[in-house]
Amino acid sequence: MKVRIFITLKDGVLDPQGKAIHHALESLDFAGVNDVRAGKLIELEVDPSVDRDEIDRMCNKLLANTVIENYEIELPQAAREKAS
Amino acid sequence: MQSAVIVFPGSNCDRDMAVALETVSGQKPHMVWHGDSELPAGLDVIAIPGGFSYGDYLRSGAMASRSSIIKPVIEAAGRGVRILGVCNGFQILTETGLLPGALMRNRDIHFVCRDAELEVSNNATLFTSRYAKNAAISIPVAHHDGNFFADSDILDRLEDEDRVVFRYRSNINGSSRNIAGIINEAGNVLGMMPHPERAIDKKHGGTDGLALFESLLH
Repeated sequence: MKVRIFITLKDGVLDPQGKAIHHALESLDFAGVNDVRAGKLIELEVDPSVDRDEIDRMCNKLLANTVIENYEIELPQAAREKAS
Repeated sequence: MQSAVIVFPGSNCDRDMAVALETVSGQKPHMVWHGDSELPAGLDVIAIPGGFSYGDYLRSGAMASRSSIIKPVIEAAGRGVRILGVCNGFQILTETGLLPGALMRNRDIHFVCRDAELEVSNNATLFTSRYAKNAAISIPVAHHDGNFFADSDILDRLEDEDRVVFRYRSNINGSSRNIAGIINEAGNVLGMMPHPERAIDKKHGGTDGLALFESLLH
């Protein structure tokens, strides 16, 4: 199954890349953009036996640096139903 | 002085580091490959050099800090062996958790490659005893991710415990409180973004890095 992990900078952590993207949008004359934050998306193709706790451990041990980043795990619909 | 330099795929300051260690100690450092799972016996100093280990994949230092040699490096740190992490080495030390905080993208996005004017904020460490207190020194920097970040509690603690060892005299990369180098609680693990190994010979354009390596001998 495919698991998606969204990694974003924590609130309050300055995001120079987001700022640069914001400036670039403005210089292309796109108005009304108030802020930009850039993050990453990591897709894992995993066995159905891999549960959310295991993915949580992957995030904490490697995929995200929790000093500066938050992460959000998105399981496929079927896995979400099984878990609930 | 027995020393080792850890070499990762993408390290590019490992040989400069080896030259600096040999210049002051007269002994050739062991060059230790990241895939090894043991360190040579009897080490006094372990250097984690600059470069772009694993092409900075995921985050600078993230992959290197999970390689097999890191476990024995962490154990050596626990025994009091001195660990010096420079540039990517500093990023790796924060990723292992041996040092607090993180090194983020420079405030102005640009890669910064220049001489940096520093202050030796703490000269009572195993790495800086040969510098005068508050000495003004010039050491090259070359990095994209050198913007030191930690939450204000950690920053306060680093300052209260006198663990900020080097500061930028003008803030070139956005680092919190101008921090260029910090030491761990026990005082045997130093991480710094500037490259002292690139300032040990007049031909380098300066020799302000030499005192750091000389400090290691004492």
